Amino acid sequence: MRKWQLSDILYPIIFGIGVLALWQAVVKGFGVPPVLLPAPTDIAAKFMSSLPILWVDFVQTVIRAVIPGWIIGSLAGFLVAILCDRIPFLRRGLLPLGNLVAALPIVGMAPILVMWFGFDWHSKAAMVVVMTFFPMLINATAGLQASGHLERDLMLSYGSSWWQTLLKLRLPAAMPFVFNALKINSTLAMIGAIVAEFFGTPTMGMGFRISTEVGRLGLDMVWAEIAVAAITGSVFYGLLVFLERRVTFWHPSYRR
Amino acid sequence: MSASTASATRPRAKEEGSALPVAVVCLVILLVWYIAAIPMNWVVTEPKIAAAGGGLSNILSFSWSEARPVIPAPHQIALELWNSVFGVKPWMPKSLVYHGWVTLSSTLLGFFLGALLGIALAIAIVHVTFLAKSLMPWIIASQTIPILAIAPMVIVVLGSLGFTGLVPKSLISMYLCFFPVTIGMVKGLTSPETMQLDLMRTYNASTSEVLWKLRFPASVPFLFTSLKVAVAIALTGAIVGEMPTGAVAGIGARLLQGSYFGQTVQIWAALFMGSFIAAGLVWLVGVVERFTLRRMGARP
Repeated sequence: MRKWQLSDILYPIIFGIGVLALWQAVVKGFGVPPVLLPAPTDIAAKFMSSLPILWVDFVQTVIRAVIPGWIIGSLAGFLVAILCDRIPFLRRGLLPLGNLVAALPIVGMAPILVMWFGFDWHSKAAMVVVMTFFPMLINATAGLQASGHLERDLMLSYGSSWWQTLLKLRLPAAMPFVFNALKINSTLAMIGAIVAEFFGTPTMGMGFRISTEVGRLGLDMVWAEIAVAAITGSVFYGLLVFLERRVTFWHPSYRR
Repeated sequence: MSASTASATRPRAKEEGSALPVAVVCLVILLVWYIAAIPMNWVVTEPKIAAAGGGLSNILSFSWSEARPVIPAPHQIALELWNSVFGVKPWMPKSLVYHGWVTLSSTLLGFFLGALLGIALAIAIVHVTFLAKSLMPWIIASQTIPILAIAPMVIVVLGSLGFTGLVPKSLISMYLCFFPVTIGMVKGLTSPETMQLDLMRTYNASTSEVLWKLRFPASVPFLFTSLKVAVAIALTGAIVGEMPTGAVAGIGARLLQGSYFGQTVQIWAALFMGSFIAAGLVWLVGVVERFTLRRMGARP
C-alpha cells in the first residue's frame, strides 16, 4: 500500500463541500420549497435542535437491533461455515443454496418476522440476523478454502491436527474474506433494521421516524435521520477498515 | 452494497455431484419446517385441536392446514402460489403474475438505468484523475447510508413533482444497483496490463480507441459478475420501494397487505414469487454472460 497523500483526503473533502454548496445554492437560489428538498443549513439546524429524539431513535434502531443482530448473524454464519468445512457433504449441499438465498430479496421476510417476534426491537434484530447470515456463510466458506496447498502441506508435515491448522493457518488466511462479509453486513444490517420498522414498531426508531415524518412532510427531520444513519454507517465501516488493517496486516494490499 | 466483492471472491462451486447434497439439505429443511410448524402454530391451533378431541392425526392436520397460521406448511404456500399464478387471470389484481409483472417492470427499468449510470461513472473515474480521487470515497460512503430507508421520501417527493408509478421505484432500484456495476467496471476497465496499454500507444491509438478496443472488451467478464449482483439488488429495491407508500400493486404491496390483514400464506407466496423472479433474473444474466463470453472467444 502506498503512503497516504494529502490529496487522498483533500479531494474528497473539496468535492463534498462543493456538492453541499451547490445544494444550498440551488435550494436557496431557486426557492425550492422545503417540503421537496430542505437546504443543508436547515437540516443542520433541525439536527441540532432535535438531538434527544435522534438519540432515542439511534438507541432503538442501532444499539438494540443492528449491533446485536449483526453480531449474532455474522457469528452464526461464521460457525456454520466452519461446520461446513468440517463436513464436506454439508458444504456441497449448503453452499449452492446459500449462494441462491444471498441473491433473493430477503427484506421481504420483514413482515413475517414482525409477526413472529412482535413490534419491539426483537423482530428487527431477527431481521438483521437473517440478512447478515448468508453473506458471512458464503465469504467465510470461500475464505477457509483460501490457504494454499503448499501451506497446508507444510502444516501436515509438522504433524499438526485439524484444529491447529485451522487456528494457525486457515482462519488467519480467511480473515480478508471475513472482513469483506462484515463490511457488507454492516450496510445490510442498517437496511434490515430500518425496513423492518416499516411493518410496525413502538413509537421510536429511525425507520419509524422516517416514515411518519414523510407522512407529515417534515423532510428536514427525515434528512436529519438520514444524516445520523450516514454517520453511523460510515463510522461502522471506518472501524471495520481500521480493524481489518490491524488483523490482516500481512495481506499484500496493505504491505508497503 | 458491496456484495459485488462477495461474488468476485465466491468460488466456482463446481465440485462433482452437488445435486445429491443439495437435495438432502432441501429435504432436511422441509422436514424441519413441517415439524416446526406444529409448536409454532400451537397458539392458533390449540383450541381447535382440543375441540376435535386431540390425538396425533388431529394435531397434524390442524397444524398443517390452518388458514391464518404463524407459519404455513410448505404445501399451503405451494397451493397458494399455484392458485394465484394459474388460478386467476394474469391481469386481475388477485394474480401474482400481475404483481410480479409490476415489480419486474420497475426492476428492469431501474436495472437498465443503474447499469448505464454505473458504466458511465466507471468510464469517467478511469479517465479523470480528479474524479478517481474525489468521487470514489463518496460513492463508497453513499452505500453506507441505508438508501432503502430514504425510499419513502424519494417516492413522496417525486410523487409531489408529478412522477408516480414506475419511475420513482425504478430510481430507487437504480440508486441501489449502480454501485456494484461501478466498482466492477472500474476494476475491469483498469484490468489491461501496462504492456497492452503500451502496445495501444505504439499503434498511436486515441483515448476512445483504447477504451473501445482494449479497456471495454477486457472489462466484460467483470461487467457480468457485477450485473448479476446488481439485478438481484434492483429487485430488492423495487420491492422495498413498493412497501412504505401504500402502493396497490407489486410484490412489496402484496407483502404489506398481507401483513396488515394477517394473511400469512399470502405473504409467503409473494415472498416465493419474488424469490423466483430474482433467481430467474440472475439466471438470465448468467445465460447472456455465457453466450457473450463464448462469442468473445473465452474458454469456459
